Amino acid sequence: MLDFTSILMTVAPELWLALAGLTGVLIGAVFGERFNSLSFKFGALSLFGAAALAAIHLNGGEAFGGLVRTNAFVNFAKVFSFVLAGIALFVSEGFLKRHETSRYEYALLTIFASLGMGIILSAADLMTLYMGIETLSLSSYVLAAFHRDSARSSEAGLKYFVLGALASGMLLYGASLVYGFTGTTSFAGIAASGMSTGTMFGMVLMIVGLAFKISAAPMHVWTPDVYEGAPTSVVAFFASAPKLASTVVFANVLFTVFGAAMDQWQLIVAIIAGMSMIIGSLGALTQTNIKRLLGYSSIANVGYALVAVAAGQEMGAPALLTFSTIYAVTSLGLFAGVLAMRRRGGMVEGISELGGLARTKPVLAVTLSVLIFSIAGLPPFGGFFGKFEVLRAGLDAGLMPLAILVVIASVISLGYYLRLIKIMWFDEPTERFENVDVSVMMTVVLSAIVAGIVFLVFISELGTGGWASFAAAGLPR
Amino acid sequence: MGGFPILTVMTFLPLVGALLVMLVRSATTGGRQGNGAAESGKTVLLAGVIISAATFVASVAAFVSFDRGQAGYQLVEQYAWYGPISFKLGVDGLSLSLVLLTTFLTPICLLASWNSIEKRVTEYVIAFLVLETFMIGVFVSLDLVLFYIFFEAGLIPMFLIVGIWGGKDRVYAAFKFFLYTLIGSLLMLIAMVYMIIAAGSADFEVLEKFAFAPEVQTWLWLAFAASFAVKLPMWPVHTWLPDAHVQAPTAGSVILAGVLLKMGGYGFLRFSLPMFPDASHLFQPAMFALAVIAIVYTSLVAWRQTDMKKLIAYSSVAHMGFVTLGIFSFNETGVQGAVFQMLSHGIISGALFLIVGVVYDRMHTREIAAYGGLVNRMPIYASFFMLFTMANVGLPGTSGFVGEILTMVGGFAAASWAAAGAALGVIFSAVYMLTLYRRTVFGEITNPALQGIKDMNLIEWVCLAPLAVLTLLFGVAPNLIFNLTDSSSLRILSMMAGGQ
Repeated sequence: MLDFTSILMTVAPELWLALAGLTGVLIGAVFGERFNSLSFKFGALSLFGAAALAAIHLNGGEAFGGLVRTNAFVNFAKVFSFVLAGIALFVSEGFLKRHETSRYEYALLTIFASLGMGIILSAADLMTLYMGIETLSLSSYVLAAFHRDSARSSEAGLKYFVLGALASGMLLYGASLVYGFTGTTSFAGIAASGMSTGTMFGMVLMIVGLAFKISAAPMHVWTPDVYEGAPTSVVAFFASAPKLASTVVFANVLFTVFGAAMDQWQLIVAIIAGMSMIIGSLGALTQTNIKRLLGYSSIANVGYALVAVAAGQEMGAPALLTFSTIYAVTSLGLFAGVLAMRRRGGMVEGISELGGLARTKPVLAVTLSVLIFSIAGLPPFGGFFGKFEVLRAGLDAGLMPLAILVVIASVISLGYYLRLIKIMWFDEPTERFENVDVSVMMTVVLSAIVAGIVFLVFISELGTGGWASFAAAGLPR
Repeated sequence: MGGFPILTVMTFLPLVGALLVMLVRSATTGGRQGNGAAESGKTVLLAGVIISAATFVASVAAFVSFDRGQAGYQLVEQYAWYGPISFKLGVDGLSLSLVLLTTFLTPICLLASWNSIEKRVTEYVIAFLVLETFMIGVFVSLDLVLFYIFFEAGLIPMFLIVGIWGGKDRVYAAFKFFLYTLIGSLLMLIAMVYMIIAAGSADFEVLEKFAFAPEVQTWLWLAFAASFAVKLPMWPVHTWLPDAHVQAPTAGSVILAGVLLKMGGYGFLRFSLPMFPDASHLFQPAMFALAVIAIVYTSLVAWRQTDMKKLIAYSSVAHMGFVTLGIFSFNETGVQGAVFQMLSHGIISGALFLIVGVVYDRMHTREIAAYGGLVNRMPIYASFFMLFTMANVGLPGTSGFVGEILTMVGGFAAASWAAAGAALGVIFSAVYMLTLYRRTVFGEITNPALQGIKDMNLIEWVCLAPLAVLTLLFGVAPNLIFNLTDSSSLRILSMMAGGQ
């Protein structure tokens, strides 16, 4: 039964998550509200377990007659996504409790969303891909509207749902065109059957649908609104784990399904990347709400990641993994920082509320500064290495105009990142924030250490850089 | 290479010190405020002075084990890092002399902050120590990426120093400084990445031997120049400097003028000349023109300033014009003169900013008009001021003279018109410096607030005396520096001549 074991191992993380989610539903049905508090730990542990399962079978395999195929490239993203999702769940509880929405459904929805991430990463067939995307998206819509008594949160959920459904429709239409012209839904089959005009149409529509999911311009308009309206703990999750997973899937689809048609999609991806960088960084300049600001910043960062995709598989795949993981870690830390912005009378979100943070909460200020400098791509922090790898991949592929756009966007983005630093360090202190939850503080500090320093030390053959190259080598050529 | 990793120790000693300061402070401040805070601020400053002094000792140790007769990089330490990047440190005479300048100025800066920095002293000391690590790192890295990391990371502590402890318009100045420098640096980063891809290595020694095609050189040269010209600074991208200098606290100005500007000159000598010789020749006339404009134009601008710090800041731009002139003369005299001018300017302009700081701490104004007749109340101060004024003018016997005359001689050999233009600058520098001196030090005391002003205290003595000694010493015995930098200047020129 060796075959059976290998199949089981390949889909183990998803099986595990599905089981955990359903078990959670049962426990919830039986114990009701008594499960609320425990559910967060239950969810986080399940996610860490899934990460471990993905890690021990890193090289992956094939299952269900080619519907699912994993390799080191996607499993690498899986491990990081599950861990980040688990941590995001961990920091949510205190926040939700204060809003009296600490319900077990939250943890279960996070598990199901992560299950969706697992499925899209493992997908080797258009059907699997679509199923995974819907699992992820539907859970996400509900999560965005989780504060059901808040008009902002409901609006965010609705907006996300309507636009997301449109994007899913485009993806589905693209997929059906591809199927119609190639006669197969399997990734390998499509790759083997060559490009016809119809397939090309399908490919473009699929790119559009996927670009929505990773919030790349011009399919980005939902991002600032949803980031602003959705509960902060949910945004912390959105901006880290699903972002990493979907970006890797975007690359995976282009590399493995349409790898031969790189000449055709390279320009599209390059344009999307350039637009995202510029729109994201310009849009963030005038924001006064920290969540909106980070929303635009995430659009810009997707742009950088897509530069690596446009560079092609050889150099782009490891660069993408390096950049996206560092970004996801930093992003989670930053949103955990937003969770710490709490005064008597509730959460505050204006960036001016951070005034003089260096005096009132020095540890938080230092760690947030590290995260901000890292996401801005300044050495010696981790974000610099991400950007360096992206530039290296881009230039190696001869994408000089994109490289110059990366530079321009970086300079513009420094405008608002430095404004945050200025508010925290130069301005006079405003009223002190309330004490921060231990889990939130731990996340901020840990992510700052990881994004700021650990990547610096371990961006070596033995560290992330090495892992990323190893993982990227797992992609079929 | 084996042996004791003196360069690594020297580079990271201040950083480790900063971490220690941070840990000790967070452990000992249990919400202590008020009087106790001022007292413990002195302790932290003292710790900073001791750590940076220890770094100076380490750099002297590196100097002792350095073999001056030998060209090329010495004390090399290399560890594999990641892909084409390696952690490689090493020094030649050029970088070692700049390292010594850095480690020499930093303790003086911290000491000079003794009475002028009162708020958030711990953060101040940490920022300075971190900055010192990055500055040393720039000069000792022998790997492109490592160099870039140090080069750019230095912006962060300097941004904080200007922005937190600066004057009224500190935020504007800090942003301008950061963004100006960043644009240049990022263009350089693209060029660096290109070089790494083309040459397959980020190692300086490999890149120096690698021949880039002439048309590629042109672009690479421009990208590097974008960064170094802002840093040096050259006209017309110098405008961040007066703002940053004026708003920065005294010690920040000293470091800016003393060390950060030198990174531009160092960059030209380390990258542009040896790695892109064809492009350097191509741009020689343009660089000469910019140098002459910088010297003449900023000298005239300096003359019209009413703010003492701004005047000295513009004079820095003019003096850096001599460095450009010397570097791009491509002959031994000019390059040697440029290196000498960088070191000498580091000492003299640093001292001048300290001189301004002395009266600023007492009067809290930098307006020239607010002063006058200082010699009556502060004779010792007036003498120090006189010495550094003369040194800045380039009086023979001071180090300022040697640098200016050599760069002009070198420049004359390459293009007589450039040297002639630069000579104008020497005259102007006498005009504005002597005007400044006359209006602040001589004359009657017109401002009644000056009646009770006190002469220099012990700390100010300790800060300025070594700088005065060095100014005179290097003026009389310039060979002390040439012995150290000779072989590396020649090596750069020979790489250029042999430049395929």
